[in-house]
Amino acid sequence: MLAYVVRRLLLLIPMAIGMVVVTFGLLLLIPGDPAAVLLGQDATPEAITNLRNTLGLNDPWFIRLWDYFAALLQGDMGRSIFQNQPVATIIAGRLGATIELAVVALILATLIGLTLGVLAAIRQGSWIDTVTMLFAQIGVSMPVYWLGLLLMLLFAVQLGWLPAIGRGVPLHEALFAAVTGRPQVLWDSLTHMALPALALAANSAAIISRLVRASMLEVLREDFVRTAYAKGLRKGRVVVRHALRNALLPVLSVIGLRFGALLGGAVITESIFAWPGLGQLTIAAISQRDLPLIQGIVLTFAIVYALVNLVVDLLYAAVDPRIRLG
Amino acid sequence: MQLPKALRNTSLVLGLFITLAIIFCAVFAPYVATHGVEQMDMRNRFEGPTFEHIIGTDNFGRDLWSRLVFGARISLTIAVISVVCSALIGTVVGLAAGYFGGWVDQLLMRITDVFLGFPAIVLALAIVAVLGPGVLNVSFAIIVVAWTEYARVVRSTTLVLREQNYVQAARALGASPVRILFREILPNALGPIIVLASLGLGTAIISESALSFLGFGLPPPTPTWGWTLAYGTKFMRDAPWLSIISGATIMITVLGFNLLGDGLRDVLDPRQLSRGGAKASKAK
Repeated sequence: MLAYVVRRLLLLIPMAIGMVVVTFGLLLLIPGDPAAVLLGQDATPEAITNLRNTLGLNDPWFIRLWDYFAALLQGDMGRSIFQNQPVATIIAGRLGATIELAVVALILATLIGLTLGVLAAIRQGSWIDTVTMLFAQIGVSMPVYWLGLLLMLLFAVQLGWLPAIGRGVPLHEALFAAVTGRPQVLWDSLTHMALPALALAANSAAIISRLVRASMLEVLREDFVRTAYAKGLRKGRVVVRHALRNALLPVLSVIGLRFGALLGGAVITESIFAWPGLGQLTIAAISQRDLPLIQGIVLTFAIVYALVNLVVDLLYAAVDPRIRLG
Repeated sequence: MQLPKALRNTSLVLGLFITLAIIFCAVFAPYVATHGVEQMDMRNRFEGPTFEHIIGTDNFGRDLWSRLVFGARISLTIAVISVVCSALIGTVVGLAAGYFGGWVDQLLMRITDVFLGFPAIVLALAIVAVLGPGVLNVSFAIIVVAWTEYARVVRSTTLVLREQNYVQAARALGASPVRILFREILPNALGPIIVLASLGLGTAIISESALSFLGFGLPPPTPTWGWTLAYGTKFMRDAPWLSIISGATIMITVLGFNLLGDGLRDVLDPRQLSRGGAKASKAK
């Protein structure tokens, strides 16, 4: 197992280098003088010269790439052009909110997807199956920003049950508050979380439910399931203990891949629900064309995604004894 | 693939119907639209569905139906450009990686992994931010991530196909790798590519409208679906249908391409069918 973990970690290195090169390449894509383009039309010549110096634009690209690498290794992502702060500091202040949203959405998506997928599979061909798969097909095709707006319109504007925008206290702090006798803090955090998490989760829930259904149908036809029934076990036990456990494996790897989509979806969801995370920051950085900040954000997203996939791969190996490690 | 069997596939028929209807609207937009895209009607601002404006008007009294019909042109153009380019790039990469194996395979697949490792919309946003808006720039932003899926699928198909007897025979006859790849392997790998392309059109439409929704797509007054939706949110109280209907348009279009893709998969890949699809469709 240790050898596998090490090998898997080593594979991250070329991947991370590639990601840095792509992120760095964004600057090369800018037509004309990047400093002039980034600062806009009203910039003074001095400001442009200054920015050329800060971005190191007077050096050839391979020296800049080398410097960029060297700085990154020390945790330095450069300075934001418009907010007078290091990029790493700005991102660190926002990352938690986005990860919280994406993780809650992932849990929601998995729970909903599993339930619907299993229901559809054990009632294959019935109306439950048809309705579930219809919802899944719609869920897959639904743009997250549209669902977000519909949810907001219904639950926040029309019914007034949930807050439309913003975030409560961070969940881990809210949990602590709830334990120490202030449950309303947790409640407030959860109500703020509900709509954005649901909007973000829907698409993944639909994809997971389709996959669980297909995977379950395959497993339910296996001999060991028939044997389990023949032993006289109750249906619930066969489905959960025998079939589902085996059907979950292919699903697990997809759940990891979904996390990337959830991070991307979070950018859009956050802008609708004014969720103060990395997504909102992305939109702001892009509106201002704050390139060092944009590069930092893109790289952060890629690295978080890569780490999550690493964890999922390791989990997968730990759960499935058939996978040979090493 | 006989025709009658294909026609019994509900997904395929429904998907084909929806997508053909949307394509028809886009191609014949000047005839299908009832008003000009920018034609204002100040006496009928924020009007609900009427005989003259079948799905209502916006704050300038512009006809929503006509704007959506012309919007279809933009969405479909960008979707088709990005899917065709992604499929071409991904197919060539996948064929080369699968056929040559070894370090070629390693190198190409690591590059693929790198691009696959970015959340698509984040990289797309960054690219549009750098390049500026425009049909080709938005398409490029979508292609940068979208080609990876074709590369991976075509590679694994190629790995299987290159061991087939007819490929071995062609090689024994002295055919060049290029000839083998494009005359022997590619025709047999087309099924999955077509399925991916159909699903990819849906994804591209979602990506394009997401960029427009966030304000980084084609600039107004271009009537993109995403922007019409985002613009409508300002008038959620007075005219909720602006956002609701433009969102529904996006969803139905994507649904059409997804149904088409699913249907094609059932029809083109008999293995998939025998693994649950067949029983399910019989039971329905």
